[in-house]
Amino acid sequence: MVLVYSDDPKLIAELLNKASDLAKQLQKKVIAVTIGSEQHAKDYIEHGADVVIIAQTTQQQFKAEEYTSILLSILKEHSNEIVLIGSNKNGKELASRLAARLDAGCVIDATNILLKDKKVTTERVVYSGNAIAVEQFFGSPQIITIPPRVFDPLPKNPNHKGEIIKKTVDVEQSASKIIKVQEMKSEGVNVEDAQIIVSCGRGFKKKEDIRLVSELADVLKGRTVGCSRPIAADLKWLSEDHWIGLSGHKVKPKLYVACGISGQIQHIAGMRDSGVIVAINKDPEALIFKSADYGIVGDLYEVLPKLTSAIKEKIG
Amino acid sequence: MNIILCAKQVVDVAEIKIDPATKKPVLAGVPQKISDMDKNALEEAIKIKEKHGGKITVVTVGAPDAKERMRELLAMGADEGVLLTQPPQTDYHMIAHLLAGAIKKIGSYDIILCGEASIDMFSGQIGPRLAGLLNIPQITYAQQITVEPTKVVSEKNLGEKSVTMESPFPVLLTVTKESNQPRLPSLMAILASSNKPIHEWSTTDIVSQTLQPKVQTLDVKGIPMQRKNIIFQDDLDQSVGKLVNELAKVGVLR
Ligand SMILES: Cc1cc2nc3c(=O)[nH]c(=O)nc-3n(C[C@H](O)[C@H](O)[C@H](O)COP(=O)(O)OP(=O)(O)OC[C@H]3O[C@@H](n4cnc5c(N)ncnc54)[C@H](O)[C@@H]3O)c2cc1C
Ligand SMILES: Nc1ncnc2c1ncn2[C@@H]1O[C@H](COP(=O)(O)O)[C@@H](O)[C@H]1O
Repeated sequence: MVLVYSDDPKLIAELLNKASDLAKQLQKKVIAVTIGSEQHAKDYIEHGADVVIIAQTTQQQFKAEEYTSILLSILKEHSNEIVLIGSNKNGKELASRLAARLDAGCVIDATNILLKDKKVTTERVVYSGNAIAVEQFFGSPQIITIPPRVFDPLPKNPNHKGEIIKKTVDVEQSASKIIKVQEMKSEGVNVEDAQIIVSCGRGFKKKEDIRLVSELADVLKGRTVGCSRPIAADLKWLSEDHWIGLSGHKVKPKLYVACGISGQIQHIAGMRDSGVIVAINKDPEALIFKSADYGIVGDLYEVLPKLTSAIKEKIG
Repeated sequence: MNIILCAKQVVDVAEIKIDPATKKPVLAGVPQKISDMDKNALEEAIKIKEKHGGKITVVTVGAPDAKERMRELLAMGADEGVLLTQPPQTDYHMIAHLLAGAIKKIGSYDIILCGEASIDMFSGQIGPRLAGLLNIPQITYAQQITVEPTKVVSEKNLGEKSVTMESPFPVLLTVTKESNQPRLPSLMAILASSNKPIHEWSTTDIVSQTLQPKVQTLDVKGIPMQRKNIIFQDDLDQSVGKLVNELAKVGVLR
């Protein structure tokens, strides 16, 4: 079987696409797991699951120790060769702990999965975006986490039939406790879905000046502002949902404009799949120009207002 | 408080060059360093030790030359080092077993610290694997750590939310880059660190079972980055005009 789990239903729909493809090649079934939610089970079947297991437990909040124990008890009953887990922060720690408990191989953040000589083979980005490691599993199960938007969800098929199984699981309780959950300040942007992104970096002198990127984003009808790590993590001028790069969000818009960003490899790792990349930087030697299709060498404080009005004029 | 820090020696990713012919990364000759977030983890360890006393032991699975990098951690404030020579073919499964074996041999531990991820592989796999093998609680992406005599309270950063967790000992935490600014050792501390012990243990002392990798690396491919690299740098108005025309031509303005 190919087992699919994530605490994010959107990610499950994406994983089900790849799972169905692998299952077909291997002549296996696809099982999706939801913890407690009957509501999603029908959706998962329409997205391609042959079986949905609803794990019934008193444990609702995510804790890796306890969710590992839930998946272990499901895996004990169904011989699963491939386990695909959605690669958000919860998914990564869950997959890794699960792998240890099963003495299994695990690949985190795979961007491709293929069968080579019938062996499960993955690709993932390593060395901060400098290379792709091609890895192959020995033995099973094979545990793989997949980031958002690597695969598109299959269109819902209301005729796809599947079985829903409710299963009561006893969870091995962890000694740790969740004592508080706090929503972080967020501006509700979704850079991962954006078609046009204008990003700012440390070339900006103060927070108010970010207005220059939003104005350009507005005329480009993109309205999406991204940023490098220091802007979100150190200066906190923008919330973390704007942060692009290796440790931030991975994006692939049609147009990416980097303003006052030096182009360190960790930033490039997040935006290298963009369609067209434009860079604005006052330093002609800046690394960002090596990763750009078009660049203007100049002071962003002069370039951005001119560029904004020229584009406004062009597209009216 | 017995604190164990897992620290990895990595290639300095910022120094990697790409072979123009094969587009593959050239790793030979690239300087090695301790992975960034492992230093953040050490900084947390030192703060805990300053408050509660105890001992910090650094464990590394790596090449023999990792000893030199471990000295840096001893100079920052770790007390002892343990170096396990990395077998030729390894994967996460094996490294986690070796680290778990070394930790069991060290014996008593209250807190195990790892980096949130290593800067070369960036998996964040070893921490949770170790916690799984030792069957202890794990708190990943720890941004703020407060240690009290019988428990740890830590805020973990999940991006859209922050979750505060509490755990008794022993517990494993993985530490983020944002959690602190690692200290630089003083010259005195650097000199004094040469008296601190680094034990070299053979992997056969550590694990009785024969460890085989579960994942094998077949290839490390380059990432072709074909960009036009058209840079305008003369008169600003002209540059802006040319850029807008190009963007219109490739169809991203509408
Ligand atoms: C493990 C790890 C993970 C990381 N993850 C990420 C990540 O996810 N995302 C990320 O972005 N970074 C990440 N980083 C950090 C990364 O290495 C860089 O430090 C960071 O991207 C630099 O941000 P910056 O380009 O905004 O700032 P800087 O490097 O300071 O660059 C500022 C640029 O602005 C230009 N400039 C200055 N003034 C002007 C002006 N008036 N007009 C035009 N240009 C101007 C300068 O020439 C310079 O090129 C990570 C680092 C590590 C070690
Ligand atoms: N070979 C190793 N020796 C010691 N610690 C390691 C080793 N590999 C990984 N770690 C620890 O595990 C963390 C996460 O690494 P990774 O799973 O590779 O992202 C690192 O920050 C280290 O704390």
